Amino acid sequence: MEELIVFVVTLAYAMANLALIALGLAIVFGMMRVINLAHGEFLMLGGYAVVLSINNGINIWLAMLVIAPLTVGAIGILVERLLIRFLYGRMIDTLLATWGLSLLIIGLITVIFGPQTPSGALTAPIGSVQVGARSISGYELFLIAMTLGSLALVYGVLRYTKLGLLARGTMQRPDMAAALGVSTSRIYMATFGFGSAMAGLAGGLLAPIVGVLPTIGAAYVAKAFITVISGGAAILAGTGSAAVLLGGVENIVTQLTGPTMGAVALLLAAVVIIRLLPQGITGRFFRRSL
Amino acid sequence: MALAQKRERQRERRRQTVVETRGLTMRFGGVTANQDVDFALEAGELRCLIGPNGAGKSTFFKCLTGQLTPSEGSVAIRDIDVTGAEPHDIAGLGVGIKTQVPNVFDGLSVEENVWLSARRTHGADRAWAMTAETVERVRLGDIRRRAVGTLAHGQRQWVELGMVMAGEPWLVLLDEPAAGMTDEETVFTAELIREINRTASLIVVEHDMNFIRAIAGRVTVFHRGRVLMEGTMDQVSADQTVRDVYLGHKH
Amino acid sequence: MTRDRGEDARLIALAVLAIAALLILPGTLDFSTAYGLISAIPMALLGLSLGLIWGYGGILCFGQTAFFGIGAYAYAVWAVNFGDTTGAVVCAIVLGAAFAAALGYFIFYGRVSDVYLGAITLVVTLVLLQVMRRTSGPEYKIGDALLGGFNGTGAPPMRVPWDTGTMLIGPPLLYVSLGALIVCYFVCVAITRSHFGRVCVAIRENETRAELLGYDARLYKLGLFAIGGGLAALAGVLSGLAVTRVTPELFNLKNAATAIILVIVGGRGTLIGPVIAAFGIFYLQKSLGSQQTVNLDLVLGALLIGFVLLLPQGLVPAVMTLVLRRSGRRRDFKATRRGRRPGRAATRTGRGVDRDLQAAE
Repeated sequence: MEELIVFVVTLAYAMANLALIALGLAIVFGMMRVINLAHGEFLMLGGYAVVLSINNGINIWLAMLVIAPLTVGAIGILVERLLIRFLYGRMIDTLLATWGLSLLIIGLITVIFGPQTPSGALTAPIGSVQVGARSISGYELFLIAMTLGSLALVYGVLRYTKLGLLARGTMQRPDMAAALGVSTSRIYMATFGFGSAMAGLAGGLLAPIVGVLPTIGAAYVAKAFITVISGGAAILAGTGSAAVLLGGVENIVTQLTGPTMGAVALLLAAVVIIRLLPQGITGRFFRRSL
Repeated sequence: MALAQKRERQRERRRQTVVETRGLTMRFGGVTANQDVDFALEAGELRCLIGPNGAGKSTFFKCLTGQLTPSEGSVAIRDIDVTGAEPHDIAGLGVGIKTQVPNVFDGLSVEENVWLSARRTHGADRAWAMTAETVERVRLGDIRRRAVGTLAHGQRQWVELGMVMAGEPWLVLLDEPAAGMTDEETVFTAELIREINRTASLIVVEHDMNFIRAIAGRVTVFHRGRVLMEGTMDQVSADQTVRDVYLGHKH
Repeated sequence: MTRDRGEDARLIALAVLAIAALLILPGTLDFSTAYGLISAIPMALLGLSLGLIWGYGGILCFGQTAFFGIGAYAYAVWAVNFGDTTGAVVCAIVLGAAFAAALGYFIFYGRVSDVYLGAITLVVTLVLLQVMRRTSGPEYKIGDALLGGFNGTGAPPMRVPWDTGTMLIGPPLLYVSLGALIVCYFVCVAITRSHFGRVCVAIRENETRAELLGYDARLYKLGLFAIGGGLAALAGVLSGLAVTRVTPELFNLKNAATAIILVIVGGRGTLIGPVIAAFGIFYLQKSLGSQQTVNLDLVLGALLIGFVLLLPQGLVPAVMTLVLRRSGRRRDFKATRRGRRPGRAATRTGRGVDRDLQAAE
């Protein structure tokens, strides 16, 4: 029984981790058909926002849940205005330019804060939980809850707010939305900002576990990229289904044979998905979902 | 008796069927674009497929060229079953294909476009000779070094016809070869098609009646995904049903 | 195309220049430049391999470093186990090409689109990076070669094939690297001018049309991708030899980005572009030195963004158009530019224009 609980929690965390990392990228890809290769760096910036806040005596919860998403959201809006908006409809060029942006951010952060972690004061604010003789990380449980919360938040924003409605309309028929007097430009900006904020939140939440380094983005971007591409265009259904599938495969293989084969299994599963479903999972299934 | 049999067999061979479809049906979701099409083309024939918009001629054409795989039924070219084959397999049988939208290599020159077709089946030197000859035949000799992307619409159509010709096909499938052309250009295109017909059997999808009269040949009328009738242009245009569904709203 | 006198002349001039550089350079360079060049040349070769498949086949591979790293590891493993470095180089190239072919089979026969191709290849190289980092410990070994995790494994120096007692280190390695780059460059030129290469360009221009002519686009792309993989693997071998070590960092995002940057900066659709760009970036890196205010990531990132936004065709094509304009054909050039709009061209036919376009290609 204890074994089972530990197994289920680890499995759920692997899935939640992928979903959390990918969500911001999925919003931007699903709504705007833009793949932001600097997404990993946005998470990294979220982590830096948390560390700097703590170093300045700010409460860690405030730093993770408010400051990180707001800071990175603002940076996202800036990036959209200065770079992304010139490249709409040019998917490949956007990929390349955001890749450049990723290097640029790594370079900037290294110049400002140096190549090492700026603080060791960052530790997970929740201890472990005892399950019989085994213990599981309380912070991982918290992250699972936060992931579900983030998914619910995105659902709520897309489904029930005016911004969500306008955004969905604009993404499907930019010409019609413009004819109705909606400023497409503003909607794109807000959407990109929202996606960036979610990336900042994820980066902030993961910082206590993963650590903070200028180059940490590389560890995120591959996972996020592969989850979003495998999931397809539907933001929540795509991210959710891909995270469950890929996270499940990775974690089960990891628990059986160790992390090396887990990473390989994750890749193979993704390659097989893309080979069988070139438009991602939601290109074939749950097409009408959000 | 033996002699009569031999003659019979010879006649049969001359009338050999080169393209045949049986029960060809194509559905897209709930829409049926082609329903039970039985079609046969004899060697040396020039056949036009006509019909009002949405009659299923272009879908049928795409099933022949391998761009679509029919939902049911079969396609055979010279008795080889090509149902579901890839376009390059079909082209590899010696079939020249021109699609509805001009499909050319915009970044390459006229010469290179044609050369790529000739070179597939011939050595380098022979391919160059054929390219030069073909470029003249489609009257693009003066601009043979120009990038095809810079040419006018009619010229691009001829580049594509030149590519078809340079492949020395024995069967040619053309989808609206005169679309968007001026009257003058259309006349020359008709001339080219008759020339191709000297060495190859042809299927031409077209809805310009004057063009069809100019290239003559037999006509198959499509209507609502089925073959409505076959015959000469005169027979077809005299038929009351055809007039109702197709020509009717014109006159 | 095979019948362009101007291009022939340019190529011969380039060959003479390259051989002269090969003879003169290694003797005249100071130690640090020579040593730096030994590390820069593999990047040039990696850029060349991407320039070939992206520029001439339209295959946007973000993870060219996958083959780069695999080549390096293959060399090290073979050389450690058999002691024969010539066979190790061959093994590396073959393995790189074979891995590319296997990956390409999935991609091209699955009709995976551009963006997804980039995604898959990038993820492949990053997964290889993570996997190789975890191979520390005595249980991870192939034959006698320990893979060594983070620290990687030693790359035994190359030996002269006909005189296996002589090791190629220091200046001789520079000769070997530069020679390999030159040979590979001309091999690539030959490929792009062959029937195979022209068909690849045709497929890049219009895949449907190429298929309708009877060319199996998937097979041609697979072939080109495999050649690119083999070249990248050779680049990896040289890169490992340069530092006498093969580490997982060969697979990293920075190298993958550098390959892309070389092609973007040098220009898509040229082979010399990525090579020139590689030497340019080497020079840049050298002049930035070890100072802390501006680092290479920053510069590379800014370069990539700048070129995508402002000069998407890349340096070499831009310079070539500029030279054409300067050489007294300004009017004709403008006519060409206007003529490029389809539909209006018929009224602007002129022989000068034809010649210009030909020269521009």
